Amino acid sequence: MAVAEDRVARQHLIDPEICIRCNTCEATCPVGAVTHDDRNYVVRFDLCNACGACISPCPTGAIDNWRQVLKSKAYSVEEQLTWDSLPAQVPLETELASDIPEEVTRLTALASEGLGGNSSAPWSAGKPQVNLFGLSQPAVATVSGNLRLTSEGAENDIRHIVLDLGDTVFPVLEGQTVGVLPPGTDSHGRAHRVRLYSIASPRNGERPNYNNISLTVKRVTVDHDGHAVAGAGSNYMCDLKVGDEVRLVGPYGENFLMPNHVGSSILMICTGTGSAPMRAMTEWRRRNSSANEGGRLMLFFGARTPEELPYFGPLARLPKEFIDVNLAFSRVPGKPKQHVQDLIRQRADRVVDLLVDEDAYVFVCGLKDMEQGVDDALRDICRDQGRDWASMRPRMLEQNRLHVETY
Amino acid sequence: MSINYNETIPNNVNLASDKTLQRALEHWQPEFLSWWQDMGPEGSSQFDVYLRTAVSVEPSGWAHFDYVKMPDYRWGIFLNPAEKDRRISFGDHQGQPVWQEVPGEYRANLRRIIVTQGDTEPASVEQQRHLGLTAPSLYDLRNLFQVNVEEGRHLWAMVYLLHRHFGRDGREEAEALLQRRSGDADNPRILTAFNERTPDWLSFFMFTYFTDRDGKFQLAALAESAFDPLARTTRFMLTEEAHHMFVGESGVARTIQRTCEVMAEEKTDDPERLRRLGVIDLPTIQRYINFHSSVTVDLFGSDVSSNAATFYTTGLKGRYEESKQADDHLLKDMSYQVLAVDGGQLRESDAPALNALNERLRDDFMKDSQAGVNRWNRIIQKQGIDFSFYLPHKAFHRQIGPLAGLKISPSGQVISAAEWEASSSGWLPTESDRNYVQSLMRRVVEPEKFANWIAPPQVGVNRQPASFQYVRFA
Repeated sequence: MAVAEDRVARQHLIDPEICIRCNTCEATCPVGAVTHDDRNYVVRFDLCNACGACISPCPTGAIDNWRQVLKSKAYSVEEQLTWDSLPAQVPLETELASDIPEEVTRLTALASEGLGGNSSAPWSAGKPQVNLFGLSQPAVATVSGNLRLTSEGAENDIRHIVLDLGDTVFPVLEGQTVGVLPPGTDSHGRAHRVRLYSIASPRNGERPNYNNISLTVKRVTVDHDGHAVAGAGSNYMCDLKVGDEVRLVGPYGENFLMPNHVGSSILMICTGTGSAPMRAMTEWRRRNSSANEGGRLMLFFGARTPEELPYFGPLARLPKEFIDVNLAFSRVPGKPKQHVQDLIRQRADRVVDLLVDEDAYVFVCGLKDMEQGVDDALRDICRDQGRDWASMRPRMLEQNRLHVETY
Repeated sequence: MSINYNETIPNNVNLASDKTLQRALEHWQPEFLSWWQDMGPEGSSQFDVYLRTAVSVEPSGWAHFDYVKMPDYRWGIFLNPAEKDRRISFGDHQGQPVWQEVPGEYRANLRRIIVTQGDTEPASVEQQRHLGLTAPSLYDLRNLFQVNVEEGRHLWAMVYLLHRHFGRDGREEAEALLQRRSGDADNPRILTAFNERTPDWLSFFMFTYFTDRDGKFQLAALAESAFDPLARTTRFMLTEEAHHMFVGESGVARTIQRTCEVMAEEKTDDPERLRRLGVIDLPTIQRYINFHSSVTVDLFGSDVSSNAATFYTTGLKGRYEESKQADDHLLKDMSYQVLAVDGGQLRESDAPALNALNERLRDDFMKDSQAGVNRWNRIIQKQGIDFSFYLPHKAFHRQIGPLAGLKISPSGQVISAAEWEASSSGWLPTESDRNYVQSLMRRVVEPEKFANWIAPPQVGVNRQPASFQYVRFA
């Protein structure tokens, strides 16, 4: 087992600058983890099980603070009792000597260069944890499911892989990615490069409140130029069996994150496995509907045929008032080719509404090919409504409302 | 244990199973609503207010946020879940099972305790009813209304106990709770502090900081009661009370913050100049602290009280954090220090611990109050300003108990009437202080805007953004 999982934990802390010492948390805590003196209310690291019972009763929000810490260096009660303000998050990389693989940096930069730049995270996004596990100390997950999403006859083999993290602390947010380290070496005898996959499950697990994540993986059989090739990473992933162990690094990604404020809308445009982060965001909104986060959800999703569209079945079952789903198929026999940009044009009014709504955030994820078509479609529909996409786009990037990840 | 909102009176006490009680409360309900129309927040009945409503008494369920018109707020009866096999933790009945019904011999005392507590709830709504007209922001207006509806719910909590457990007497007391009026010469509220005016927002913040904190300590002491329905009711009330203290502490903190910002910008600590700049100078805030602290300190009652001893011995009212006290929970042979003037000085002397329980609760309160004052001081320090607030001595400006009427300075020195005469205008708000603060009270209700004398909050209610429309006007 990796060392890191034994060493890292999420510590619950109370912000002494905001806390008014009303005692509600202490009275509410089912395990007696909260205590106080004349100065501060504090949480016992060894007792708190992060059940969340104290969070909503807190009248100030002071209670909802967390720090990633080494277990051996968790803040003691005595230390917390002396605080006037919360300590900053200490970067764990320095302590863990973990390392972001060059490949991850390169791929991430490449993925987000589209549509003219990179947005920071929406202001209301959760605070992501990144790079908790590096090459020297990867986390080890166990495969608990591997399901083919595309129908048997379909040309593409796209799979939904569920990884169980046991008691390893591996917190993720929708839109983040993980790196997989395939075992063995390549033809040059070097260890395989890290492969990056978007997480397809929401923050509280593929199954709610289980410590697991899911990935959407397409088996690569041809390269970008169309030559036959057996992708080492994707074939390794697609062939995994329940019970197999997988080495993970990450999580990565600090920007491609969903907004969480009340009334925030999300416009999602994706193709193929680019649907993974969209599934995660949609599922979080669905599970968390009582938190009133939404806002409208609108999805444009392209594939060659319905049989090759990952998550087609569950998507079709989502209520229309919850999400506005638009599916484009480019290779249905006897029907004209349809791409996501064609549907964007058809739904111009609604899309422009979202582009100008400052509480709406746009996410684009999929193959590089789609980018130009989407950009053109957005330009055209804006122009038809007397708006100028060329000036809107940089403004949206500046407002952190436009997020692109293509590969 | 979820709350049934389909019933006329939302409750988690299975009200439907007791038709007589249900009818009695349904008879009281319109009287309550009519009181709310007459004495609740002025001119507000058509506003849609972003309020927190309890949908269950479980931690996850009691903070449900949505827009509500206040007269439609679901006031109801919520008790914390019963603790299985709960036993009496203090007094002569220690170790026996708690009571689900009122023992005959304690009826009069319990009724008195419940009525006194219940009377403060509508009283504070009455005291605050005009404040909405001068709210410094939508955020503050919403907080005021939240406090008001929850005080209304606390009244319901006490009225339920009166109706359910005290028969005709209880029903009459419940009527009387709606008939007394804060500050009314003929039919005033029971406790003096609840007949004072709350004329401005600084007073409101001070009131919610100090006087609602008295509420916290009283409720915490009652939450230890051997009378289980009272204990369970007050436990749930405590969770709501927390928000009121938050409004007070953060309101004063934001006022101080704004003053300090202007002091730092203008490099001045001259109160006159600061007043011309439209903020409340720190010495005036100190005088408000002195006034509200001393008025609230009186609420704990006489330093030595045989009633307090009786309430404790008979199991009606415990101490703050009774279960955390490492003693015999009988207190019969123990003593506690109380203050008296002796030879021109305040001196502590031993009193029987049982009789000094009011004093002890007062001391717990002082300690808790001091912590907030320390935090206000940190705001000043952060701006590099040389000033600090103090909490006046508990003997300062007392009107109740053996210290009543004595001339004692905020630092606890016994002084002459002449010295008092000469200095008290520096210790307590003057007419001109109050007029000045009053002159700042102007209604600000555009989203994101705040009156000049107060800083915006650090976080919105339920983490809403600054632009959030907390109140929608009809």
